[in-house]
Amino acid sequence: MSNRRTFLKTLGLSSASFVLGVSSFAKGNAVVNMTTDPLSLALEINPFIVIQPSGQITLINPRPDMGQGSTQAVPSLLAEELEVSLDQVTIAQSDGKGKYGNQTSGGSSSVRALWTPIRQAGAAAKEMLIKAAAQRWSVPESECYVEKAKVIHRPSGKSLTYGEVADDASKLEIPKNPKLKDAKDFKIIGKYAPRLDVPARVTGKAVYGIDVEVPGMVYAVMLHSPMIHGKVVSIDDSEALKIKGVQKVLKCERPMPHRTSEAVAIIADNYWAALSAKKAVKVQWDNGTLGQTLTTAAYFKKCAEAATKEGLKAEEEGDFAATFGAAAKKLEAVYETPFLAHAPMEPENAIAHIKDDGTAEVWAPIQGPDWALRDLAGYLKIKPEQIKINVALLGGAFGRKAYHDFLLEACFLSKDVKKPVKLVWTREDDITQGPYRPGMMARMQGGVDAKGNIVAYHHHPIGESIQFQVFKAPSNKPDDWVCGELSQKEQKYNIPAFKISYTHVPTEIPIVWWRSVYASNFGFSQEGFFDELAHAANKDPLKARLELMSDARFKKVLETLAEKANWGEKLPAGQGKGIAIFKSFGSISACCVTVAKQGTGVKIEKVVSVIDCGHYVNPDNVKAQTEGNIVMGITAAVKKGITFTNGQSDHTNFHQYQVMRMNEMPKVEIHIVESGAEPGGVGEPGLPPIAPALANAVFAATGKRIRRLPFDLNTLA
Amino acid sequence: MAAITLDINGKKHDLDIDPKMPLLWAIRDVVGLKGTKFGCGMAQCGACTVHMNGHPTRSCVLPVQSVVGSKITTIEGIGTEENLHPVQKAWIDEQVPQCGYCQSGQIMAAAALLKDKPTPTDADITSAMQGHICRCGTYDRIRKAIHTAAKSKSPKGEMSGGK
Ligand code: FES
Ligand code: FES
Repeated sequence: MSNRRTFLKTLGLSSASFVLGVSSFAKGNAVVNMTTDPLSLALEINPFIVIQPSGQITLINPRPDMGQGSTQAVPSLLAEELEVSLDQVTIAQSDGKGKYGNQTSGGSSSVRALWTPIRQAGAAAKEMLIKAAAQRWSVPESECYVEKAKVIHRPSGKSLTYGEVADDASKLEIPKNPKLKDAKDFKIIGKYAPRLDVPARVTGKAVYGIDVEVPGMVYAVMLHSPMIHGKVVSIDDSEALKIKGVQKVLKCERPMPHRTSEAVAIIADNYWAALSAKKAVKVQWDNGTLGQTLTTAAYFKKCAEAATKEGLKAEEEGDFAATFGAAAKKLEAVYETPFLAHAPMEPENAIAHIKDDGTAEVWAPIQGPDWALRDLAGYLKIKPEQIKINVALLGGAFGRKAYHDFLLEACFLSKDVKKPVKLVWTREDDITQGPYRPGMMARMQGGVDAKGNIVAYHHHPIGESIQFQVFKAPSNKPDDWVCGELSQKEQKYNIPAFKISYTHVPTEIPIVWWRSVYASNFGFSQEGFFDELAHAANKDPLKARLELMSDARFKKVLETLAEKANWGEKLPAGQGKGIAIFKSFGSISACCVTVAKQGTGVKIEKVVSVIDCGHYVNPDNVKAQTEGNIVMGITAAVKKGITFTNGQSDHTNFHQYQVMRMNEMPKVEIHIVESGAEPGGVGEPGLPPIAPALANAVFAATGKRIRRLPFDLNTLA
Repeated sequence: MAAITLDINGKKHDLDIDPKMPLLWAIRDVVGLKGTKFGCGMAQCGACTVHMNGHPTRSCVLPVQSVVGSKITTIEGIGTEENLHPVQKAWIDEQVPQCGYCQSGQIMAAAALLKDKPTPTDADITSAMQGHICRCGTYDRIRKAIHTAAKSKSPKGEMSGGK
């Protein structure tokens, strides 16, 4: 027993539940403890199932929920194998400790990574519960089955609840090869079910990071350098300190992976006082030459120069130079995509408490408690065991909340004021400070032979790299996160001469992954340029793709799209349709956009999206995520990107950095291809095909080729 | 600082706060009702929407001194999980929220719309809701849910809380 008690204590479950608003743990028994499960050790994650004598079943969920539905998807995997209903599983969020393995919601990975291990954990627990009950009854296990959290003895009809046999079961050996259910017997996976967290989210009861309060905390507001990497020369806080409730104004820092910037913070009794003081503080910044160097124009100029030269070769099938050289028609083009802010509706925020004994506790809406633990330990120079992380619900994230500058800022401040500090970024901080989706360029080359076959293709991404800026990888080789995804093996275009290159162009503008990462940049260049090649070959863009693709899943997605979007139909004058297909995060997604000419521009009439994500948990959530991807994908294509002039962002809040709203919503239709393949991602793959399909539709309707995002729907410029 | 009395969800709160403090921060940090959200602080996103005497209002730009004597209703005041407002129920039926952060504001705007126009057209819905940003992209479901709520109303046409 003592072991189990220690286990629960280490988890600190009661306070985790305080933050997350899940029902709290009694000081009960951890009955099925999967920590030593050899299966899990061999796999990526190490989940915990806790069954208490009361019958309460708890899953320690290793993937924070930012709106993508992990708090339904993950327990569904467990409930399916354990033969319980979803409302019988309580969820606690993991705290970043190594024993839980990878805990980051990112890369559309939750279901993909947990599909096997969580089901195995559930199946193993089920076998152990059956065995324990059979032993108690002295009957063969084969005479027992489970249903609704009970073990039932078939011949006699007697039963025991999971809670009643949990303690006995915990003493049994964990089966190494528990039998998993056949997909045809699934009762939960693949079926519609309402998400159980929705009621809390519509009644104002869901507790997001920004809603957490801890005793004794003070509020903090950051005054970041408008030029991001400016240095603090002097601070005049005389007016600010006159504001009631303002406690302190101090010089502090913003730690980013590639460098630490100087900043100023205001500490106050309440957030409003801190915000008011922010306007009253006068800071003199030393901006050095940032006015010239920290601009998006300077960065894209360097990218454009790189686009006139060869890059580092990442892949080559066939002989590109020879085939391209001999092609009857040669096409060359440069595509460009802007920097973008994530702008989750909940701004970045965190509470940090650095205690007198040197230990630290934080509460924050973060995507990966495991990464946060690593970053906190490194920054505070203490051991992971001295850090406690409480993950709160995330009010959107899209990649932003896996970057921990705001969390480390709060730590710096708490260390200084020796109290828990609640830091809340303003929307202006969020939009002007980054990190951003990197702006990128792509040089494209392609050749069509005399018979009209697309025979040569070269995709050459150019720009800053997350791998290099954030993870400091050596930059003398191609970024394989960029190039791997674009490879022929992934995208399935059987073009005889197929080449991928890369050129790294550094920038000091902070960057990080953004929903679908590079696929959001290079899905546009790949699919926009393919449309150009198809037209050069005098081929229908859909048929041109089908001709080159032999992969059955890609073909099925395209054929489904053709049917659902009525691809061959005759369109009224002034309308045009465009398509695109892209594989990312293990799923294949294609879409068809219909536009109609309107004045000097176009109006988006309809978007039909098709996704093959293999096995999925809840079809409604697949659709919801794809709807979100359509909205974010259109926003990224037609709303202003982030630009830096004179060293600072040209946009500060939603009045300038505009996002799509309801009045701009086209008709939307989503179809899932049931391939029964291994699960793919759902949170991101719907996004990459949107912008190119839209640009291709604009070409079909107007003859204007869009190679640079964003473009204005009203003017097509 | 000044003594300010606010009427929130039918309850009087005597607060000693800066009269210029926006209602949003008084509701969240002083009264402690966290359902109303901060999204932009400049009347651009709608996350902070509450009802002032029944009308949808951006609380992030509204100084508390200007709402003294008005009836303020927040998301917590229109329904609870046990006694849902028809709009909240429709939001569950249509599974509207993703992250859910914008939804308090969306629901407050939708509830006010339906009180005004019990059977809104698509155009009515667009004009009432286009001031509200949902970065997760739930616009289509919001529209559906408003139609669902309109159909589900009691025969008397009351948009009262619960059933
Ligand atoms: S926070 Fe008030 S409108 Fe955005
Ligand atoms: S549901 Fe996430 S912002 Fe609307």
